[in-house]
Amino acid sequence: MRTAPDEIFKSLADPTRRAIFERLSRDGEQTVRTLTDHSGVSQPAVSKHLGVLKHAGLVRARHSGRETHYSAQPRALAPLVDWMSYYSRFWHDKFDQLEDLLKRMDQ
Amino acid sequence: MTTAATRSLVIEREMPHPPEKIWRALTQGALIKEWLMDNDFQPVVGHKFNFRAPPMPKWNGIIDSEVLVIEPNKKLSYSWGSLGLESVVVWTLVPTKSGTLVRMEQSGFRPDQEANYQGANYGWQKFIGGLERVVGELQ
Repeated sequence: MRTAPDEIFKSLADPTRRAIFERLSRDGEQTVRTLTDHSGVSQPAVSKHLGVLKHAGLVRARHSGRETHYSAQPRALAPLVDWMSYYSRFWHDKFDQLEDLLKRMDQ
Repeated sequence: MTTAATRSLVIEREMPHPPEKIWRALTQGALIKEWLMDNDFQPVVGHKFNFRAPPMPKWNGIIDSEVLVIEPNKKLSYSWGSLGLESVVVWTLVPTKSGTLVRMEQSGFRPDQEANYQGANYGWQKFIGGLERVVGELQ
């Protein structure tokens, strides 16, 4: 599922939602109840946040009995990950280190 | 590897050193380790080797490479595969009046394919770290 970057940004702009997403990314699948215990907001509020994250493709819901388990979908961040800008920084750093090395080397 | 729909990254810098010296830094394993990464590089076309960065969460730190071109003091190329990114790095050394123009081109970036997905799995923590700032700039 692909989502426009704008929608992903908006859904993660809220600090509570961001905290929920980070928690799911870090600790794996969790129920609304567990998330509520750690979020400091009410269960309906957590559910609402999860709905927004789900709409943006950032979390997935799995129903099991009465409980709904949520898990993070970090791949939804793919439209925002840009290898070229990552490697541009990487190689500029490496060019600096290469120049440092050349200064230290004998002819 | 197809060239359609891929992008390249080019970095050039003139360095006040002769090509022969820069060539050594680019092709001797112990020297490569000092500025780039640990490796088992050999300057032999067809040699398969790895660059090794310290492992991180969601990434073993290993880059799979194969030597593609060796033209001493002029041109060096190897493949660069990591986290689904299949790219090729080409180093070109051109003598100048005061040293050498060092050119690095990394090609094969495919913006909407698997590379980004695997990169996202690895990169989300770093990404989240910078998100607050990015969001702030949008508003």
